Amino acid sequence: MPETFILIPGRTSDQGCGISEGKFLEKYQREINSLQVAPGDMTRLGIVAGDRVRLTSEDGQVEVCVVPAKADELPVGMLFIAYGDISSKLMGGDTHGSGMPTSKGIDVQMELIRPAAV
Amino acid sequence: MSASATALAEAPATEGSLKVIQDATCTFCGCVCDDIDLTVKDNHIIEAKRACVLGKAWFLNHKTEDRPSCLIDGQPASLEAGYDRAARILVEGKYPIIYGLSDSPCEAQRVAVSIADWINGTIDTTTSVCHGPSGMAFQGVGEVTCSLGEVINRGDMIMFWGSNPAESHPRHFTKYSLMPKGMFLPNGRKDRTCVIVDVRKTKSAKAADIFVQIKPRADFEGLWALRALSKGIDLDPVQVKRDTGVELAVWQDLMHRMKACKFGVIFFGMGLTMTRGKHANSEALLALTRDMNAYTRFVAKPNRGHGNVTGADNVVAWRTGYPFGVNHSRGYPRFNPGEYTTSDTLANGEADSGMTIACDPMANFSEPARRHLASIPYIALDTKETPTTRAAAVAFTVATYGIHTGGTVYRMDDVPIPLRPSCESPNPSDLEVLTQIERRVKALIGITG
Repeated sequence: MPETFILIPGRTSDQGCGISEGKFLEKYQREINSLQVAPGDMTRLGIVAGDRVRLTSEDGQVEVCVVPAKADELPVGMLFIAYGDISSKLMGGDTHGSGMPTSKGIDVQMELIRPAAV
Repeated sequence: MSASATALAEAPATEGSLKVIQDATCTFCGCVCDDIDLTVKDNHIIEAKRACVLGKAWFLNHKTEDRPSCLIDGQPASLEAGYDRAARILVEGKYPIIYGLSDSPCEAQRVAVSIADWINGTIDTTTSVCHGPSGMAFQGVGEVTCSLGEVINRGDMIMFWGSNPAESHPRHFTKYSLMPKGMFLPNGRKDRTCVIVDVRKTKSAKAADIFVQIKPRADFEGLWALRALSKGIDLDPVQVKRDTGVELAVWQDLMHRMKACKFGVIFFGMGLTMTRGKHANSEALLALTRDMNAYTRFVAKPNRGHGNVTGADNVVAWRTGYPFGVNHSRGYPRFNPGEYTTSDTLANGEADSGMTIACDPMANFSEPARRHLASIPYIALDTKETPTTRAAAVAFTVATYGIHTGGTVYRMDDVPIPLRPSCESPNPSDLEVLTQIERRVKALIGITG
């Protein structure tokens, strides 16, 4: 059953380094395809590291791999993903007269699509 | 020898077959650290002393791309053919757009603005999807500001709002804002109070004396709560907690500290500008900063991302009067974010040709914008292959600014800094490509001289 979360795309060190190394290389692609989930949410939803989930916003849909957020970096109900190609697919085209699409604080539905192999 | 090669830093120190370029400038992020010592061997940087993790990745991965300098429709072509085709694309468009520029030196940015003017086109920079909303807020509220040197020497209360410099600007703390010993802060970090306001407990939060975890999409409410408290207005604790996710007592304590400091600084990031509210969030922060000057000295600075995005704002502003999102279709510059900004001209299906310079909208824009860009002829200049260069009608592989080419960039505090190139490149610079395109554009539209 999909559940609603608030998604925060943002910069990370690995994403920044990956831009310099090459956007088609493994480091960058791994970083922008990894979704950080709060440990409390993972336990509650029975999600383990490596599971794939589907994120659906009002404007798009992506599939990403789950990694646990470190320590208390994320409150429950919030997701984080490195800014890039995948996160941008969840943005809308409307900038509300500002030139800037709403790129952080996006409402998304998260749905487990493939449990990790045991 | 290419022009970029002749611009190599003067009189580099040498050690055997190694060349050492002292005080080179890193252009990865807006900190623009200009104290990097590069060791170069066989035209390749093998060490970047004092560079952060992002700077090392920037310098050590600069190797020349195994790719032609010019591709037309995905096929190798001569530069001359590329310049000709690029000029025709721009001149034949009815709504041509030029976009990017935040990783190009000011000299190249200047030529890009000229081309936009010649073709009655629209010029926009990555500022529009970065601190563009803050640019709008600066016009509405004004900017109480200072240089990073003043922060080093005077800033005893350092706040970060919606910004995570530990990952986006790794030397920010150590070089400019927290750790340095300054003229009036002889004990460095011990003389400063660090406050971080964010929706996440980021890596930067570990450096904070006070971390305020605000509710997502509640920056506007938090900033206005502080504005009210600065004026001595009573607030309902229940409503403040409900609206901001933070106890009123925490905001009161923060305001008390802000009033008590001698020189406060608020660095703010895209946590404000990319979130619902956007320019209204930035306006609230700038207005709060202004308010605080009734009690003490307070300034605000946006933490800028790309190496010369601040230069792009400056160059476009001194060429057109506006910092980004500028349209020349009537023969004079008009500014209207939401209309002439690239996310909009693409997502709305208005642009019919374009040129992207040092940016990757095919990876970072919304799906409607990407779809439209893929449907129109455009030119792309980049140092590396990206989704944007892959879909371009004409793609130029260019030399890397600050590594292969010289020029000027602006640090995030609007201080211009020269570049000290260290290596040679077989590829032309942004400036060379844009100059050649401009020459052909002028010829096509009948401008001489």
